[in-house]
Amino acid sequence: MADRPAAAFDEMNAEGVIRPPYAEMARFLDATGQEALDQKRREAEVLFRRIGVTFAVYTEGGDPERLIPFDVIPRILSRAEWDRLGQGLEQRVRALNAFLADVYGPKEIIKAGRIPAELVLENEGYLKQMEGFTPPGGVYTVISGIDLVRTGADEFYVLEDNCRTPSGVSYMLENREAMLRLFPELFTRHRIAPVSHYPEELLETLKSIAPAGAGAEPKVVVLTPGPYNSAYYEHSFLADEMGVELVEGADLFVRDLQVFMRTTAGPQKVDVIYRRIDDDYLDPEAFRADSALGVPGLMAAYKAGNVALANAPGAGIADDKAVYPYVPEMVRFYLGEEPILSNVPTFMCEREADREHVLANLDKLVVKLARGSGGYGMLVGPHATEEQRADFAARIRARPGDYIAQPTLALSTVPTLCEEGFAPRHVDLRPFVLFGRTVRMVPGGLTRVALRDGSLVVNSSQGGGTKDTWVVEDFFAQQSQTLGGMTQTQTLTTIPPAATSGED
Amino acid sequence: MLSRTADCLFWLGRYSERAGNVARGLAATLRMALLANPLSAADDEWRALLIATGCEPGFRERHAGLTQDAAVQWLTLDSGNPGGIAAGIEAARRNARTVRTALTVDMWEAINDTWIEFRRLDSSAIRGDRLPGFLDWVRSRTLLFNGAAADTMLRNDAWRFCHLGTILERADNTARLLDVRHPAFAAEAAEDAANYAQWQAVLRSVSALRAFQHVYHARLSPARVAELLLLRPELPRSLLACYRRVEQTLDAIAEANGGQRGECHRLAGALHGRLRQGDVDGILEAGLHDFLTGIIDQNMLLGQEIGQFYLNGRQP
Repeated sequence: MADRPAAAFDEMNAEGVIRPPYAEMARFLDATGQEALDQKRREAEVLFRRIGVTFAVYTEGGDPERLIPFDVIPRILSRAEWDRLGQGLEQRVRALNAFLADVYGPKEIIKAGRIPAELVLENEGYLKQMEGFTPPGGVYTVISGIDLVRTGADEFYVLEDNCRTPSGVSYMLENREAMLRLFPELFTRHRIAPVSHYPEELLETLKSIAPAGAGAEPKVVVLTPGPYNSAYYEHSFLADEMGVELVEGADLFVRDLQVFMRTTAGPQKVDVIYRRIDDDYLDPEAFRADSALGVPGLMAAYKAGNVALANAPGAGIADDKAVYPYVPEMVRFYLGEEPILSNVPTFMCEREADREHVLANLDKLVVKLARGSGGYGMLVGPHATEEQRADFAARIRARPGDYIAQPTLALSTVPTLCEEGFAPRHVDLRPFVLFGRTVRMVPGGLTRVALRDGSLVVNSSQGGGTKDTWVVEDFFAQQSQTLGGMTQTQTLTTIPPAATSGED
Repeated sequence: MLSRTADCLFWLGRYSERAGNVARGLAATLRMALLANPLSAADDEWRALLIATGCEPGFRERHAGLTQDAAVQWLTLDSGNPGGIAAGIEAARRNARTVRTALTVDMWEAINDTWIEFRRLDSSAIRGDRLPGFLDWVRSRTLLFNGAAADTMLRNDAWRFCHLGTILERADNTARLLDVRHPAFAAEAAEDAANYAQWQAVLRSVSALRAFQHVYHARLSPARVAELLLLRPELPRSLLACYRRVEQTLDAIAEANGGQRGECHRLAGALHGRLRQGDVDGILEAGLHDFLTGIIDQNMLLGQEIGQFYLNGRQP
């Protein structure tokens, strides 16, 4: 129905030839048929409902706890594809951290004229309270979610960086568990890189950024806004898997610049806080005074070096959509390397030439708010009506600095179970990158899929679903692994279904 | 353990137990109401149950007259009744969801499946012939939850606070169910068919009719029924059994949390001691109602003291 960008690259069936990573899967789909898979899909739904893997929507009436649609056909990457992505992700996250350390410190990149000063320093995402302060370990984005899209066999682009509180890793892990239960047979026919150690890697990473005074066993907690937050399931899941306390703001207090939690045995000191609360709500004394979610005095304790926060407050300046076009430049500036992962070409409406181009080509472009998440405030030009385009044109003229635009990419597709059978649907990929003393990833990430035919919007708030993401060893890699024993490299990934208000 | 986590576990235990207790009480009352003529007026039975479960004032606010249908609806499906089954299941599940990390998968599934299924029910589920089946289901879900907790939880503070909630609620329930039928235990109460049915109903409502025979091998009498529910250590729902476990559990919590003790420990010890030394003839002679009212008040105070000491987050 809707016009799919001309030649979307199908990851299984490119130009009529089954690509090697999907060889087994294609045979399996042929042999299994839609009805049997539909049965599996229903089983998966019961499973998710029972475990309570839901995201909460308390604003729209109806069932407050919804399931994110899960597609039972996995998305498959080869080990070689993943390894290249992994290198690119590590490089990008290192550059983003160097950028944060720089703009809250010496500001070399601004002095060198590689990024406009006002774009950074007058940005809403720039947190003046962080000026001149170095977080424990010098790490800002302890957990990043980097959204990738694919347009061809070797063409991957970074769509956006999420450096604040990226969510969705629990879906990556639960999707794998569901697949293991539903299709044990398929797993024996593939050599699939495991992901279930993500929580351990996360805990190790969080411990590694503990302040100096924390001792050998730093106390780590997960700070949640509470059960009414859309991503609460994920918060409790991660705390549970790591075996740490899940706390709300009111469970913590600050005394003598130290953070404590209220326990049945009295106050207990806290060293590292994996916070899933936005900067604005962290501390009513430092930020929004009306925040009931935060902990009064937390920023003071943080700046005294007595507690670590993941991610660092102010990290959002690195994933600002207006800053995004400069990330390749950051890679060159800080690391002296050429970027392995490309940006999507981006027009900044603030610039006159860019703006003219955008206004003249609205029917071909995707226009986004420079600040915003969840697929809201977005215009997909080719699918929009004349009125919607006119409306956006007026908005762009009124506040050009608020908008960026990108070409409509022909996002790759993966076979997906639909009412009419298997059909190609567009996907993206959110790998999760952990950064403490080292960079860690688990192979793969969260694949989000636009379930509506032709749709390019994968957000779960906009009709998106998720798939399990497999990184399969190819034949030669298998051989060498078998012969050479376990030669595992440290890699981690996960992706969030950004269904979540308040989270990226 | 986080104070808030302990609080949620404690109330999870209480609400889950409460839902089961209301179902038990309702089943016993339903039976009494069916036999009402000529033993008693059916209305009295329903009023007694509403009072025993603390649901009577709310009911009166919303309902002009007392009918079986209205009382059953209020106690089962009406989530506006904080002492009813619906609110119990809702609140248990809400607490469970908040502290999922402290529960085992089996506990979570027990409570979550109950909640999912309960939400699918419409009012036909409690009509006519389907009511007993519904009440059995609620009771069995509470048993499943308690079994999952007992069989799968580590014996740490999570278990202790959840269990503490369960037994404190159970003690309260036993005291109330007995209290509401206290006239049948008065010295001047005749050993007639009507009172006999009352004693039976008390036993039924704590699932102890068979247990009575196993313990006494004798006819029901007010003294024996009261003794079983108040003072016999063998009956897990007797006040003595409940408070013994309340005291033991609070002791274990104190031990696991640095040895500090407070008013709640003293109160629990005092309640347990009072029952251990109690004698049923003395209690009946002085008046069962006064005795039970005292227990119910002390139980409420104990709940508050536990809250103060452990659950509300003592300030440094």
